[in-house]
Amino acid sequence: MLLTLKRAFRYRGAAAIVAILVAISPLFVYAALNFGSSSLYGMVSATPAYAEEAAQAEAPAQEEGQDGAVEAEDPNMWKPLPAPKLETKDYPIVAGINSRLAVWFAAQLHLFFAAFVLGVPIFVWVIEFIGVVTKDPRYDNMAHEFMKVSMTGFSLAASFGGLLSILLVVLYPGFMQYMVGVFGKVMVIYALMFFAESFFVYTYYYGWDKMAEGGLKKLHLFLGLGLNSSGMVLMVLSNSWASFMMAPSGIDDAGVFLGDSWAAIAGHLWNPLNLHRFIANIAYGGSLTAAYAAFKFLTTDSKEDRAHYDWMGYTSFVIAMVGLLPLPFAGYWLTKEVYDYSQQMGITLMGGVFAWLFILQAVLIGAIFLSANYYLWCSLGRAEASKRFYYMIQPLGVVIVIAFLMWFTPHTLIMTSKELTQIGDAHHPLLGYFGVMAAKNTAVNTLILSTFLSFQLFRRANIRPTGDGFWAQYGTTIQVALYIAAETNIISLGIWSYFIPANVRIGLSVPQVSSTAVVLILSTIIDTLIFKKSADIGEFKWGHMPIRSQYTLFMLAVSFTWLMGLMGYCRSAIRQHWHVYTVLRDNSVNAFTPTLPFAAWMVTAIVLVFMALVFFMFWMPILAAKKKEAKKSKVAGGDLHGVIGATAGE
Amino acid sequence: MGQLLKIVVFSLCVVCGFAGYTTFGLPLIIPEAPPVEEKLTGEITMDQYIALGKKIFEGKGTCTLCHNSLGRAPLLEQVAQVAPERLKDPRYKGKATTTEEYIHESMVEPSAYVVAGFGKKGTNDTVSPMPNISKGAIGLSDVEIGAVIAFLQDVGGTEVTVALPSGDAGAGSTEEEPAEIKVAENAKEAFSKFGCDTCHMHPLIEEGGDMGPDLGKVGATAGTRKEGYSAERFIRESIVNPNAVIAEGFDADTMPDDFATQMTVSELDMIINAILGNESS
Repeated sequence: MLLTLKRAFRYRGAAAIVAILVAISPLFVYAALNFGSSSLYGMVSATPAYAEEAAQAEAPAQEEGQDGAVEAEDPNMWKPLPAPKLETKDYPIVAGINSRLAVWFAAQLHLFFAAFVLGVPIFVWVIEFIGVVTKDPRYDNMAHEFMKVSMTGFSLAASFGGLLSILLVVLYPGFMQYMVGVFGKVMVIYALMFFAESFFVYTYYYGWDKMAEGGLKKLHLFLGLGLNSSGMVLMVLSNSWASFMMAPSGIDDAGVFLGDSWAAIAGHLWNPLNLHRFIANIAYGGSLTAAYAAFKFLTTDSKEDRAHYDWMGYTSFVIAMVGLLPLPFAGYWLTKEVYDYSQQMGITLMGGVFAWLFILQAVLIGAIFLSANYYLWCSLGRAEASKRFYYMIQPLGVVIVIAFLMWFTPHTLIMTSKELTQIGDAHHPLLGYFGVMAAKNTAVNTLILSTFLSFQLFRRANIRPTGDGFWAQYGTTIQVALYIAAETNIISLGIWSYFIPANVRIGLSVPQVSSTAVVLILSTIIDTLIFKKSADIGEFKWGHMPIRSQYTLFMLAVSFTWLMGLMGYCRSAIRQHWHVYTVLRDNSVNAFTPTLPFAAWMVTAIVLVFMALVFFMFWMPILAAKKKEAKKSKVAGGDLHGVIGATAGE
Repeated sequence: MGQLLKIVVFSLCVVCGFAGYTTFGLPLIIPEAPPVEEKLTGEITMDQYIALGKKIFEGKGTCTLCHNSLGRAPLLEQVAQVAPERLKDPRYKGKATTTEEYIHESMVEPSAYVVAGFGKKGTNDTVSPMPNISKGAIGLSDVEIGAVIAFLQDVGGTEVTVALPSGDAGAGSTEEEPAEIKVAENAKEAFSKFGCDTCHMHPLIEEGGDMGPDLGKVGATAGTRKEGYSAERFIRESIVNPNAVIAEGFDADTMPDDFATQMTVSELDMIINAILGNESS
């Protein structure tokens, strides 16, 4: 009894400590942000000559107190400085390294791993929670395995983060000096949050087996929550630096920090970027773990393992799709806010130098959608009864390909002057119609709906409703009507938007997107109602998938990675020749906007390095498992020898 | 090991496919170099100042990003003409009294008057989405703003009232390299400077287009194209007033009609001589 009480106190006490830690973390952030500025700013008081000159020229000499009396200023106190006017000589060149490319390389690799290790724990926690609720150990095992795969990723994310910080300080000291002046306090909090994340990640992962049951399992879930919370704080804090560089806030026209860190953090683009990255991290984490499962599926000879990794691959795939489907909408919000912040920046993004990048983006997302649908169609092969849906695959394929082609048809075609003369216009008489946003919005909404339909077909491949209620009888008919109504609305609005002014046309994308969202939400709810009572029609075989289906999972992971790299270039490059847009100009020799092919090959090089490291990341848990197995068999062998020896001795 | 190799090769093919498509499947657009502040050295004529304004209007000023036929912002060709009416408009909130002041104000304080239908959403056309172009990312100097005003007055067909800047005006920050208005030294440079190679072919043009007549052949027949016109006069007119005579098989309104204000006399002469076949390099 006493022992039970002691144990209960032990885990409850530990739970209480964790609960207090998580609960007070926002207070800690708030307190730190409002802490007297001088002590932290004191850390960055080394001022270069250009900054001193600028400060003398710009800073007010004295400040009036509340009573109107003039307060004398301590000349030794650090004060926020205006943005320096950097010159080429302010950018050190170290060992002939191209500063721009070195920072690009480190930043992108850091972001790849960071996105992965921030995304994976989110769905790991959800899967673990499902396992607790359903009491199905398979969920717990899978969540544990996902976590195992991501553990090496934490070290790699931190290593590249460290490399990036050092490169920035060494190669861009003037820029970092200014950023530290604005975000000094935030950076210190960011560094401290690493301790919180490290605590949670290690206790969460290494405590998995120890905290497998009862109250300890709840404590384990709580640790997972702490891991995700600290990860989220890390993400949003670092996002604030990126969004500040694009749309600075909390400073005056000269770039002088006004003293309110929250104002500098919560800039115009901060929340859109937070949402976009949060969703993208989940999609990205899902795509990489799907690739891991595919890798294991392809390299195992065991039937059981194949079934397990097929299931794992499918779950990861669904996670990636759940992230992917709302991602265009989050991207739309981010772009809209870019326009709202600066029309010039918005037009540079969508109608200027980067316009062709969005055709490339359409190709990549189209490739992802095609792969996703192909995987789902292959997935039908797991169930005998799914043959009744085969007739829908071809028409769906045709619709998806047409939508894909429409989506990446450019507005202005690449033509020689001779072709231009023959056509008589920069726009093709027929294809030109597909180049405008009206057609593209129609195409992308159709793509999303078609993919969701493929998913719904797979979901009901092997089951039929057994209830006799309203939804069991009429639910599917209502779903079909929903699809038809939504697609009709999307196409009609698309056609209508050709005949109305541009400013009205932009607004039509909202009802188009809403139509898609309504189908996604309502049809999911109706599915739940239809199959409240259901029965299996035939046998469902996990692991019964063709080899090529697993390659589509690699296609997804590689395309996601490349797309992330490309859009990272785009987001960063729309600042053009500014470190901090409109405030701090980049006057280094590398202050150029790279061409699209240059960026593409740079991204390719980074992705190849990343892939090599990902294989290393996949290999680590396999190696650990092999060692464990070897140890087990050795112990088993030793025992056997002992038994034999003992028998012989007798 | 075999599977691993296949996966690696497959992934390599995918990423290289994307990069290859970007390189060979999309047109190469070379982004402009970071803008430098225009600095005028020595004396400048009003035509050159207007040409500078056009250059800034289409380049560093990024005006054409929005003020174009796509309807993002009002077209500015007639702004100088409509300025007096706008100054009398009850919605006008600024302090300008002349056309020149109005255009200047609309660049540095765009919300002083917002053209109906072009205001920020939800502001009932009281707030303009346009930035102050003397600050921020565009950051034009006074001389550059003056040049744009001169260009807009000129293109609107009104009197150009902007005073010419003095010799070293507009320097702004002295650390930046001056960007002079460079006069072409020979016909080849002139063809390139005015973009003739986009639509025309000529022995001095390495890779020309064929949207306009072949300038290498025009000289031979120019003297017979218009009654009473010598070959030289006909070519001169075709450059400064391109719609006067349209060659068979080509469309009107294709060639820019403002070369009279852009070219110096020597540049125009060099081009005419080259078309007549009097200049070989």
